[in-house]
Amino acid sequence: MITLIDYKAGNLTSVRKALTFLGQESVVTDDPALVRDAEALVLPGVGHFCTTERLASSGVRDAVTEAIERGTPFLGICVGMQWQFGGSTEAPGTKGLALFEGACERFHTELKVPHVGWNQIHRTAAGENSRLLAGIPDDSFVYFTHSYRAPVVEGVSAVTTYGETFAASVERENVFGVQFHPEKSGDTGLRILKNFCDYAAERSAR
Amino acid sequence: MSTGITKRIIACLDVTNGRVVKGVQFLDLIDAGDPAELAHLHATSGADEIVLLDITATSDARPILIDVVRRTARKLFVPFTVGGGVRSLDDASALFDAGADKISINSAAIKTPQIITEIAERFGSQAVIIAIDAKRKPNATISSEGTVPAEVYLAGGRVATGLDAVEWAREAESRGGGEILLTSMDCDGTRTGFDCPLTAAVAKSVNIPVIASGGAGSGDHFVEVFKAGCADAALAASIFHFGIHDVRQLKAQLQGEGIPVRLPC
Repeated sequence: MITLIDYKAGNLTSVRKALTFLGQESVVTDDPALVRDAEALVLPGVGHFCTTERLASSGVRDAVTEAIERGTPFLGICVGMQWQFGGSTEAPGTKGLALFEGACERFHTELKVPHVGWNQIHRTAAGENSRLLAGIPDDSFVYFTHSYRAPVVEGVSAVTTYGETFAASVERENVFGVQFHPEKSGDTGLRILKNFCDYAAERSAR
Repeated sequence: MSTGITKRIIACLDVTNGRVVKGVQFLDLIDAGDPAELAHLHATSGADEIVLLDITATSDARPILIDVVRRTARKLFVPFTVGGGVRSLDDASALFDAGADKISINSAAIKTPQIITEIAERFGSQAVIIAIDAKRKPNATISSEGTVPAEVYLAGGRVATGLDAVEWAREAESRGGGEILLTSMDCDGTRTGFDCPLTAAVAKSVNIPVIASGGAGSGDHFVEVFKAGCADAALAASIFHFGIHDVRQLKAQLQGEGIPVRLPC
């Protein structure tokens, strides 16, 4: 059972629909107690970084931290991944989980921002053995839509280039993040979600 | 430097009474099939996104058909935009709940522009597409500054607004719109090519993606709209529905012309 964290920003339907298609049961909650005891957590996200403020005020943030420490598989999508960094210049007062070094910043580019559309992911050396990207050919196309991007630091498993190179995915033990939208990235995205579900199933079987 | 991002090919399903239809210059509708089946077909053959427009929701003053949206979204795993008759935040919420990733607003955005901001604040700008139906002003010429005089219409091209297309696109962006879907009413359904000068004028005046629509009839037209028209994405309906052009074949041609595209695996 995958627990989708609802923080009243954006749209959970697409992620849930993709999980259902993969035969994966899911529940949606904003209750810290249910988050703390979840078998696996997914934090979808769109919109402004400041919306993650609600996670702190509702107690969900502490519940997520506890769950991660206990080894609960955790996948952050888009802003959900950005939240795994220290913060974002989009909302300077809002703190991320700081599981990865650095903070998110607006694209430094002359190109149009937001970065919207299909772009390629390139594995880093650290991403060679990525659980999340298992079976995904290098340079695969995935769908992005965002104006802020995370830095390329330790733990980044794949990068993408749009005027500059940024973190497309991160991975450390039981924590995973993707800047792109796997639920909107066709077969490639479904495979990535399936990899996460498989990992979560293995963990809960232990 | 390579941007990495690809030009998007978007398949559009114009829907009325739950069926996909195709008209010429917004009129004379003929049946083209089932929305869910066609959406799946296009996605499988390499369409980067699917747009479903309920083309008579506004003129019939009724809400969009939620069950059609839900059914179409169920097994669709590429971005899915729904438009037609979105009048309020509640309308938009119902569509997102039914599986839309983005909503497209046209008439309501013109009548009450604050709706753009309301939806963008709740669901993010990336989820708000501003659809602009524009018609070149008769006898107007393109000025030396590259402006292209075109007037915005609402209610599916039935009502002239007096708004200038470029000005309105700028305002829509400033209010929180995430993309512009620009349809040339002059070219729509003619299969004689997109309105490249108008598309370029809008694309250069905003910093959000512009989707060109209206007039696609051959692969060359897509090449033109990505090069001369500066479009970030291009949309077409009829040429895909009847299998005249399949997306895979179109993308191969674009790639051959040096236009970056996502080739289906």
